[in-house]
Amino acid sequence: MSREILKVENLSMRFGGLLAVNGVALTVKEKQVVALIGPNGAGKTTVFNCLTGFYQPTAGSILLDGEPIQGLPGHKIALKGVVRTFQNVRLFKDMTAIENLLIAQHRHLNTNFFAGLFKTPSFRKSEREAMEYAEYWLEKVNLKEFANRTAGTLAYGQQRRLEIARCMMTRPRILMLDEPAAGLNPKETEDLKALISVLREEHNVTVLLIEHDMKLVMSISDHIVVINQGTPLADGTPDQIRDNPEVIKAYLGEA
Amino acid sequence: MTRHLKSALFSALLVWAVAYPVLGLKLTIVGINLEVHGTSPAILMTIAACSLLMFLRVLFSTQISAAWKSSPGLPVIPAKASHFLTLPTTQRWIILALIVGALVWPFFGSRGAVDIATLILIYVMLGLGLNIVVGLAGLLDLGYVGFYAVGAYSYALLSHYFGLSFWICLPIAGMMAATFGFLLGFPVLRLRGDYLAIVTLGFGEIIRLFLRNLTDITGGPNGISNIEKPTFFGLTFERKAAEGLQTFHEYFGLEYNSINKVIFLYLVALLLALAALFVINRLLRMPIGRAWEALREDEIACRALGLNPTVIKLSAFTLGAAFAGFAGSFFAARQGLVTPESFTFIESAIILAIVVLGGMGSQLGVILAAVVMILLPEMMREFSEYRMLMFGALMVLMMIWRPQGLLPMQRPHMELRK
Repeated sequence: MSREILKVENLSMRFGGLLAVNGVALTVKEKQVVALIGPNGAGKTTVFNCLTGFYQPTAGSILLDGEPIQGLPGHKIALKGVVRTFQNVRLFKDMTAIENLLIAQHRHLNTNFFAGLFKTPSFRKSEREAMEYAEYWLEKVNLKEFANRTAGTLAYGQQRRLEIARCMMTRPRILMLDEPAAGLNPKETEDLKALISVLREEHNVTVLLIEHDMKLVMSISDHIVVINQGTPLADGTPDQIRDNPEVIKAYLGEA
Repeated sequence: MTRHLKSALFSALLVWAVAYPVLGLKLTIVGINLEVHGTSPAILMTIAACSLLMFLRVLFSTQISAAWKSSPGLPVIPAKASHFLTLPTTQRWIILALIVGALVWPFFGSRGAVDIATLILIYVMLGLGLNIVVGLAGLLDLGYVGFYAVGAYSYALLSHYFGLSFWICLPIAGMMAATFGFLLGFPVLRLRGDYLAIVTLGFGEIIRLFLRNLTDITGGPNGISNIEKPTFFGLTFERKAAEGLQTFHEYFGLEYNSINKVIFLYLVALLLALAALFVINRLLRMPIGRAWEALREDEIACRALGLNPTVIKLSAFTLGAAFAGFAGSFFAARQGLVTPESFTFIESAIILAIVVLGGMGSQLGVILAAVVMILLPEMMREFSEYRMLMFGALMVLMMIWRPQGLLPMQRPHMELRK
């Protein structure tokens, strides 16, 4: 059995009088694909925001490899290897695809002021390596021919793929995808599925995703967590979830 | 048509309303009549003609703009040429040509012209520095002049109390300004947009008032005078050298000519401006430059990718302030006198206007805008009373014709070689 990489216990988030997330627990093992599902407004994205440091959770603990990360600022959590995409794509629209990928490698680059000023060999080398790595991933997500196009001019499905590639630039351990298949056509959804398994198999990335496309969720997840109105409703393997009467009730309402 | 008529009438009235205070007309009540004073029939006729023109212009605005578009001979920059002008490679060649020209011409130019050019170069430096903060990092800084003041006073005080030379003080002044930028940036950079603008405006004023009220050290409103000019490897450009120093004209066996000093100051300014230009050009192609722009576009995405927004903003703020510090210390050396009144808010406004006028983020645009902004008031000294009016008119015209600035930047995109 592989070890637990992320363990969330009793996570709660309160906005004034609204308890958006109430006692959510999650356990993610290394190289697993875990899906977080639930009806609209269930608090899935809020959980994501808490995990990635965009919100400070009101209560609960988030352990990454046993180390508590709750309450840390977003960029620190990202540096620890937890990187996310957004529900509505957030690319740097006026920059080219390749520049988007270079920015994500910021901390792997030579950011010494004088090295950059005088283009020292080490600076050139680090820039070249970053370029090669970006090229490698553009190839992976099938966007190499669009490398020099500004990100805003790419088609929606391409932007989604570019966003995933951009996350991969940071060499993440846990990749959190917020509705990666939203707005994709069936063919693109298939590609996405293939990409996620490549990430997992070849790059040892653990994936945590929010998704509404049940076909996708059921086919790629090892484990599914259902939340409804901020509270955990069920969790288990896809088969267990499929047959769970509570889950069916939450999604379809009572008969 | 009635809508046009209404706005046309309103515009015509507006001409009168504007002309009345600008031309200093006075309305006085004489008995039960209202009389206009301080005017001549000619002025009144001009205003009337202007308001009539305005009336017609607004009334037929749609027809006029249609005619403007259809007539081919008018000076509209064709799309292709405009694109060509904003390409990074073209801009590089233009910059190179400008540098060569700038190096050569002072030896043939008049003293006054060289002096104004020196002033322009100071503003080029300031504009380039502010361009980092406003144009690249997208932080609206209205207190930029504060760092300029810090730079100027750093040199003035070090020279006055410790007798340090310009060349030693230049880096110190830059570092002092950068330190101030860093310290002020720390609390301020949590804010965004308008709030940031207002707080920086406040900081700029605080620095000025601080310098003004620290009478014991800075001389208060009188400032510090007799600041030494820069030397050329220890050679001064004065007629008589102080003890232990030699003068430039004696050393080279030349006739004393006061223009030498002016040209030398110009060349120093040019050197500093070129250095600033070089550094900023490199910054654009460095990770930090890319990070500034990414941060301007989407701060949340940056955070999600592990970029620390505070550090990146702070670096922009600090570097921008450092350039203001260099410009400030040169300003102090050139003037030989610093007073708090040189660093009022209007200076910040002018520098910001240079950045906006030139096109946010564009180096060449900043240079061009600095030339326009400084040269125009100098050339139109006779109309100096209307300076602010022309300033406003220029801004309005820019907004109509080129809202993106004179020479907007096309970023030097990193490209994947196929």
